[in-house]
Amino acid sequence: MAAVTRGLGATAALSSANSKKFQFTTRRSLSGRKGSFFAVESNGNPRSSLNRHNNRTRQLVTNAVATKPDSAAASTVSKPGHELLLFEALREGLEEEMDRDPHVCVMGEDVGHYGGSYKVTKGFADKYGDLRVLDTPIAENSFTGMAIGAAMTGLRPVVEGMNMGFLLLAFNQISNNCGMLHYTSGGQFKIPVVIRGPGGVGRQLGAEHSQRLESYFQSIPGIQMVACSTPYNAKGLMKAAIRSDNPVILFEHVLLYNLKERIPDEEYVLNLEEAEMVRPGEHVTILTYSRMRYHVMQAAKTLVNKGYDPEVIDIRSLKPFDLYTIGNSVKKTHRVIIVEECMRTGGIGASLTASINENFHDYLDAPIVCLSSQDVPTPYAASLEEWTVVQPAQIVAAVEQLCQ
Amino acid sequence: MAIWLSRSRKIAHFLNPKIAYFLQPEDFSYKIHVNYVNSSSFRTLSGENFRSPHAFLDNSATVSALQRRCRRPESTRAGEQVETRYSDDDYEDENQAMDFPGGRVSFTHEMKFISEAADKRIPCYRVLSDDGYLIAGSRFEQVDKETAVKMYKSMVTLQIMDNIFYEAQRQGRISFYLTSTGEEAINIAAAAALTSDDVILPQYREPGILLWRGFTLQEFANQCFGNNADYGKGKQMPIHYGSNKHNFFTISSPIATQLPQAAGVAYSLKMDKKEACVVAFTGDGGTKQFRSDGVVVKGQAYGIRSIRVDGNDALAVYSTIRAAREMVIHEQKPVLVEALSYRVGHHSTSDDSTKYRPVDEIEHWKTARSPLARFRKWVHKNGWWTDDEESELRGSIRKQLLNAIQVAEKTEKPQLAEMFSDVYDNLPSNLHEQEKSLRETIKRHRQDYPTDVPL
Repeated sequence: MAAVTRGLGATAALSSANSKKFQFTTRRSLSGRKGSFFAVESNGNPRSSLNRHNNRTRQLVTNAVATKPDSAAASTVSKPGHELLLFEALREGLEEEMDRDPHVCVMGEDVGHYGGSYKVTKGFADKYGDLRVLDTPIAENSFTGMAIGAAMTGLRPVVEGMNMGFLLLAFNQISNNCGMLHYTSGGQFKIPVVIRGPGGVGRQLGAEHSQRLESYFQSIPGIQMVACSTPYNAKGLMKAAIRSDNPVILFEHVLLYNLKERIPDEEYVLNLEEAEMVRPGEHVTILTYSRMRYHVMQAAKTLVNKGYDPEVIDIRSLKPFDLYTIGNSVKKTHRVIIVEECMRTGGIGASLTASINENFHDYLDAPIVCLSSQDVPTPYAASLEEWTVVQPAQIVAAVEQLCQ
Repeated sequence: MAIWLSRSRKIAHFLNPKIAYFLQPEDFSYKIHVNYVNSSSFRTLSGENFRSPHAFLDNSATVSALQRRCRRPESTRAGEQVETRYSDDDYEDENQAMDFPGGRVSFTHEMKFISEAADKRIPCYRVLSDDGYLIAGSRFEQVDKETAVKMYKSMVTLQIMDNIFYEAQRQGRISFYLTSTGEEAINIAAAAALTSDDVILPQYREPGILLWRGFTLQEFANQCFGNNADYGKGKQMPIHYGSNKHNFFTISSPIATQLPQAAGVAYSLKMDKKEACVVAFTGDGGTKQFRSDGVVVKGQAYGIRSIRVDGNDALAVYSTIRAAREMVIHEQKPVLVEALSYRVGHHSTSDDSTKYRPVDEIEHWKTARSPLARFRKWVHKNGWWTDDEESELRGSIRKQLLNAIQVAEKTEKPQLAEMFSDVYDNLPSNLHEQEKSLRETIKRHRQDYPTDVPL
């Protein structure tokens, strides 16, 4: 039985017209919903859109059940929007979905009365009742299993892991049941569950509470994984994840909850499988996600001063990768640096490197550089912890070396 | 909202306790322990007084109204009633007791360890003797002729189906099978006691429930052969049935994964305020690997009402499940039923159980303790079943099964595209690519690929 020979197949499809058409068609099938709305995608050259301030216009959604029917035409440009923090954006997205669909419910530790350990569900128990915002005991395997059972019976649960690391205890439920039951039942049972929570390296939380679970989950067939990084995409991805009929794991980051941003007033939902162009450029493609986006942008400032023009893409969709956006970027710059918080071995960066090499090998002028954390448990000491995470200085150095 | 049904296959002196409360549906006077009727008021942790729990049993609207007034979380509504169990003696001296979640705990100056084993094991509820006679004085839910005959016929069908499919595996016609031999009463009697709205989360030894609910022999055969008429589209191994229209969740091999999921289904039913319950099944593998008096005693450890019943007594199982169902629906609390039984067959076609248990033990439970024989005697005695009907039924079932196998064998396998479908709701680009790649490889090396898989 042939192994997956992605490289061979993809080479044949690499002539630009074919690949664009091919991938665009399948992307439409991905994002086409059976129901009422669809995501407006970037269907042209990523550069044609706009500068980084307006890049979000491309991701506005025409929503059949939106309160303002002409919101698609009246773009965000005229609306001032409102400012909020990332955790409030998550809350807003969750609240809008719970208002919209009575099947959406939340379960997790301290989500009810306490309002969530990161305040994402603050006030929800009073508004929706204790049953719909369910406090669970400290039993991740049990309440993740519970969410799966509830999802198979028609609910749309949102499971909050107090820290992503705790979800390791629910790995069996996530892998064997969440990811598989839709398949093994021949499509009879669907599992529209959202599993979300903070992960990543915080400030001296210790090794067990500083994990990057996206590495461990990325192989599970049947699930989707996305990582949010700004209030805007946090809200949009939360809504998209809840509306998806597939199980989605939404990775948040412990240190990003207090980011402030101005987001549109009108309703919007983002595409789960799309990457975000943060800063278009010419010299090098920097792929990143979650907290590392900010380290990259900081490095980008330095790089620009030194005369470089990096293109920064927040990949957002960890499974599957948005190879369309990424591919277009690689074809333009021919150099790739991946900046991630995962460990070197088996991380998202490792998979992404393999994927880009297989699909876009001919467009690379140099080997892909992957900056990741070392293969060590995160130390507690602040100085040591800082050096397990990729710092802007390292990113600058890597770009300089790659572009010489 | 959940009944947890646990079977034990251990032999007599290791009888695994399964506790069930026998209950007349007409009156909620429970025989054992629970002190509902007497306590007219009780204190919650916060010191608020509530009326007698019976007021709560009227309808959920009343309950939620009360809840909101008294500001207790809806989700813990069931939990409150546990607190009534412990009587509120008047302790004047603070040194005699202390307040603790669940009630007051009295002190003792004796250091006494609780024995790891109780003096007496939890007794086992049964109604029919081994000879099929009703035991004098037993209280049970009466079963009418139609139901009893249907139950017996289903048990026979299950037994024959198991035999024939097992043989089919031995002949190499299907790849795997496992039987429910010895547990037919649990399968069928439980199914008969439930309604079609009740959701079943099986382990893997409960096909009798599907049978009762109308799954045809052909449908069973299709799943075992993994052909394109299988609802699972050939994606799970044989006997891993699943049917959403029969409210039977698709079986997942690892043990006990369905137990937390059952809580989720119960949660969903509770939200929908449905008059239905969920029943999750598991065997010794999921529960009884410890030195306790079976799993029934764990009920109290979890604050769950439990009962031990003779799993080979169809009438007892029927009554128990009927009672348990009423309880869980009206009280919105889980119940644990431990049905003592014996797995007569091997674990599966990949197992030879004579390697770890004596052959005469197997024989004993197969013959002297057969649940079919016992129930047949009772049905026979009532004049509801004859030997002629027996042989006619057996012959007919056998023929139907052989036919079903032939048809299933000839039915086409699922198409190649099904290998990639249902991973997600729609086919994503990476899987589309992988499918394309596979098709190209097959085209180039057609002779290396099975010819019976349609492309």
